[in-house]
Formats: sequence, structure tokens, C-alpha cells
Amino acid sequence: MTQWSGYLGLILQGALVTIELTLMGSVLALIMAFLAGMGRVSRFFALRWLATVYIEFFRGTSIFVQLFFAYFVLPLIGLELTPLQAGVLALGLNVGAYAAEVVRGAIQSVGREQYEACIALNLGRWQGMRHVILPQALLIMLPTFGNNAIELLKATSVVSLISLADLTFQAQVVRSQTGNTLVPFTTILIIYFALALIISWGVRSLERRMARGLDGVRV
Amino acid sequence: MEWDWNFVWEIMPTLIQGVKITILATLLGSVLAAIVGLGIALARRSPNKVLSRTVGWAAEFIRGTPLLVQLYFIFYVLPDFGILLPPLVAGVIGLGLHYGTYTAEVYRAGIDNVPRGQWEAAKACNLSATQTWTNIIIPQAIPPMIPALANYFIAMFKETPLLSAITVLELMNQAKSVANTYYRYIEPITLVGAFFLVISLFSVVLLRWLEHRYGKIER
Repeated sequence: MTQWSGYLGLILQGALVTIELTLMGSVLALIMAFLAGMGRVSRFFALRWLATVYIEFFRGTSIFVQLFFAYFVLPLIGLELTPLQAGVLALGLNVGAYAAEVVRGAIQSVGREQYEACIALNLGRWQGMRHVILPQALLIMLPTFGNNAIELLKATSVVSLISLADLTFQAQVVRSQTGNTLVPFTTILIIYFALALIISWGVRSLERRMARGLDGVRV
Repeated sequence: MEWDWNFVWEIMPTLIQGVKITILATLLGSVLAAIVGLGIALARRSPNKVLSRTVGWAAEFIRGTPLLVQLYFIFYVLPDFGILLPPLVAGVIGLGLHYGTYTAEVYRAGIDNVPRGQWEAAKACNLSATQTWTNIIIPQAIPPMIPALANYFIAMFKETPLLSAITVLELMNQAKSVANTYYRYIEPITLVGAFFLVISLFSVVLLRWLEHRYGKIER
């Protein structure tokens, strides 16, 4: 009889690493998304161009390759990263590029009359963005951000390949120690799914909260 | 460490072998995803509540869990039940199932986007169910789906490096093996990244053209 309680501990440790990665990656992704998304609608050509290059580059190459690049190639040019740092960097930059397009789309989907109203009220570009456009755009972004966060959660499994002890890595450890495959892999599949459900539930309740008082205002 | 062009030419033949497998896996995976997606979409429309609910939940589960873990599941767990698959076959099944759950949504949206009037007109003209589907609904539903489907096939292409984790000798795995043989990571990994970037940039152009030609569909 295998000692499952010990192995369950291993899996739970892995779950913590996965959650940590997801949270830190999401924060970085969110920052990059707003930087690049606002960059794409900037007045300045250089900023627009920079944001486009970033987005196309990180959406164009696969997350797996980016992770390996961050972990194996960056040290060669003098940037030593721990697996966790490399993981957060690659996940955040990759998902941030996808989310940047969401930010851009949401900002552009805010009605023309809102921009005109900003001008009529003599708000500066930044003031208008901060007080009028973004609060409305945020609500449009939120559901897609939820999907992006789930994509990020799923992508965290890849970090197991650069020896970071996340859920997938621990399942492999359990597999090699017990020889049992069904139990560890089924367990982590269920844990991943539960985490994804928690994210989508959290985003939905956040959306409901933010939409409060906006009924009838939005079309 | 310096970039060495001689080394690049030396490893090129090995990498090209990997490219072939990558492309083969993408093509086979796409075909399987297209079929699986259609199956899921049809099952979810079935009047049989048990069938549509079960398939709906299964699809939700597959979409909420990482592809890498699913690949491990297919590759390591199924042999315990006597199903021994070669790595490439396991990889193609994994890709096809995972992306099938996404293409199912494209089919669903495509079918739902056919106006009600078309169904009613088909009924008014006394067409049978088969005639309605083959002559009225499918010809109208397919063209707007094409860009969205292509989008997922490109996404799948970028996920193929994951197959290296289950020992498929595709591009990423070939790159890793030459990197490990010569202890030079910078050229192989950069080349893999460049390869994916080039293909993705081309596919963006292709997608724009498809969208222009067939129109857009919202998911």
C-alpha cells in the first residue's frame, strides 16, 4: 500500500507554487497589458511601434520557446534568473501581449461621444482616460481578462520543464516514485480545473460588483 | 558567448527534421480538432439532455486544464489500461482533443449565426432535416467560421513544442538535443524562436486575408 498522505503533501506544495506563479504572472501581465495596450493607442508613432513589436513578438513565438529562452539563453548574456523568475517573466510577458490587445480593443470600443464629451469638458488626454474612458473600458476588458488568467494558469504547467516544482512537476515526481500514473495525473487535472473555476467565478463576481450602478448607462 | 554562424549551418539539417515533424503534428492535429469540434458541437445541440450536458462538461474540463498534463495523461496513463500509443500519435490526439473543445465553440457560433429565417424558410419549403443542413445551414455557416478556425490552428501550431515533453522529436526537442550535445543553447533556441515568429507573422497576413475574404465571426 502506497503512502498516499506524503505524496498528497507533495502535490499540495506544487499547487502552492502554481498559485504563486499564476498570481505573480497575472500581475506582470496586467502591467504589461496596460502599458502596451495604451501604447497602441498613443499619439506618438514610436510608442505605437514599440507596443506593436512587443505584442507581435510575444504572441508570435510560443510560450515554451520564450521560457527556454529566458532560462537557458539569458544567462549566457549575463542575466541569471532563477526558474521562478524566468517562469514569471515568460508567463507575464506572453499573456501580457494577448491582454494588451484586449485593452486596446476595450479602449477603442468606448463610444466616440465619450471622447467628445471629454473635450467639451476641457479634460486633458490623461484626465479623460483616467476618469472617463478607463472606468468604462475596464468593465469590457474584465471577462476576457478572466479567460487570459485561465490561459496563464494552464501555461504555468510548462514551467515544470525548467525544473520548477509546480503541480505538473510534482505529479511527475510521484509518478516516478510510485509507478502509479492514474492517481497523480487525475488529481492534478482536478486541481487545475478547480483553480480555473475559482478564477472564472472570481472574475464574474468582480464584474457584477463593478457593473453595479451602471445599469442603463451602458448600451 | 558569441553567435556562431558555422554552428548554425551545422545544426540546420537536424532542426529541419524537427520542423517536418512539427508541421506534420500541426496538420494532423488540425484535422482531428476540426472533426472532434464538430462532434462536440453537434452533441451539445442534441435534444438528449444527458448527452449534451455530459459532453458540455467534458469539453469545459478539457478547456480548463493544461494541454501538457493532458499529454502526460495520454502518454503515461493510457498504457496502464493496455493502450500503448507511439509519442506522435499521443501528441496528435492530445492536440486534437484540446483544440477540438475550442473549435466546437466556433462551430456553435457559426451555426447560431445563421438567421432564424433560414430555418423557417427551409421548413416552409418542406425540406427534410438532412436537406436543411446540407443545402441551407452548412453552406452559410462555414465561410464565416474559416478565419476563427484558422486562428486556432495557428495557436495549436505554437503549442506543438509541448510535444517534446512526451519525447516526440519535433523542432523544440531536436533543438534541445543539439543544445545538450554541444553545450550551446543560444543558437538552437533562438532559431526555434525565430522560426515560430516568422511562421506566425506570415499567418497573421494569411488571417487578415481570410477575414477579408470570408468575414469575421464573434466567438
